[in-house]
Amino acid sequence: MSMKFLPDKPIYQQLIDHIIGDIIRGALAAGEKLPSVREYAVAVGVNANTMQRVYKELEQMEITETRRGQGSFVTENKERIEELREEMKEQLVQSFIQNVEALGFTTNEMVNYLSKRGGNDD
Amino acid sequence: MIELQTVSKRYGFKHALNGVTLALPKGKIIGLVGENGSGKTTVLKLMAGLLSPNAGVVALDGKTITRRVAAKIAYMPDTDLFYPYFTVGQLFEFYDSQFEDFQLKKAKEIADFLKVSLDVKISTLSKGNRGRVKIAVTLGREVDYYLLDEPFSGLDPMVREDISKGLIRFTDTERQTVLMSTHEIKEVEPLLDELIVLKEGRILAHKEIDEIRDVYGMDATSWLVSLFRA
Repeated sequence: MSMKFLPDKPIYQQLIDHIIGDIIRGALAAGEKLPSVREYAVAVGVNANTMQRVYKELEQMEITETRRGQGSFVTENKERIEELREEMKEQLVQSFIQNVEALGFTTNEMVNYLSKRGGNDD
Repeated sequence: MIELQTVSKRYGFKHALNGVTLALPKGKIIGLVGENGSGKTTVLKLMAGLLSPNAGVVALDGKTITRRVAAKIAYMPDTDLFYPYFTVGQLFEFYDSQFEDFQLKKAKEIADFLKVSLDVKISTLSKGNRGRVKIAVTLGREVDYYLLDEPFSGLDPMVREDISKGLIRFTDTERQTVLMSTHEIKEVEPLLDELIVLKEGRILAHKEIDEIRDVYGMDATSWLVSLFRA
């Protein structure tokens, strides 16, 4: 099945986020080979130019590296992956705070509630 | 590059295109949208050398397009395939005999990718499979430009998805350009680099999809609606 995209963000950006998500979740391991641009484009149903841009930007962000004649690989740099996790955390919290404030809650109120409520994993 | 310079086209007294200037950059997949009668098919046929303009110039790499120049361009009409008595394989062989740039091997690969059997007669194919065969014979030609008139029209979602994937898989955006007219903008958007909007025989807009999403913060469908309401 082709991927569904949100309307308010460029498609290449959503694909970058998707791949970063896969790396953070561990669905893509450090050092793992990515599919070729064309294979990935066909799988998610986007233009090969868009996919090319995704791969280029991931490489510029030092999330992947291209080995000549072999394709693209997830970075083996664990620190970079840890950094990505932290960046993603910050992004999630920012959008959480935005939503919360839009409804008139205070951040403190939510933090108190969260610590009382606990997570799903304990 | 295919270019239209202040091109006008009339059918009798009816103006189909009015002073259209347009350039198709190489290596892009471009959508051509607009209401029925806005001039989409006329643009495609002019580029394919099937029509000549009443005014203006239609050129490929600086040369005025004629049927001969248009040999580097594959045009897929929105009409059904001829030759109902051929099998799919025979149709491929016929195309192979007619077009020097036709690659039998590639056409068979596309048919295989789209799961269409070569031994079946065209007349017994479902509409969806006829749509698949049409795209296979069109992309079977190795050309610089593919002009597709409504490749998804009237087909069910599964066939549309197959055709989309066939397009991504079997065109090379490093050297080939695709221009396709469509009404299914929501579905086709992820395939596109650019969008050309026609209204009443004029270009209303020509934009990159990323720009639409980045600058206007909406997808192509919502942007089109806002454009037509403005």
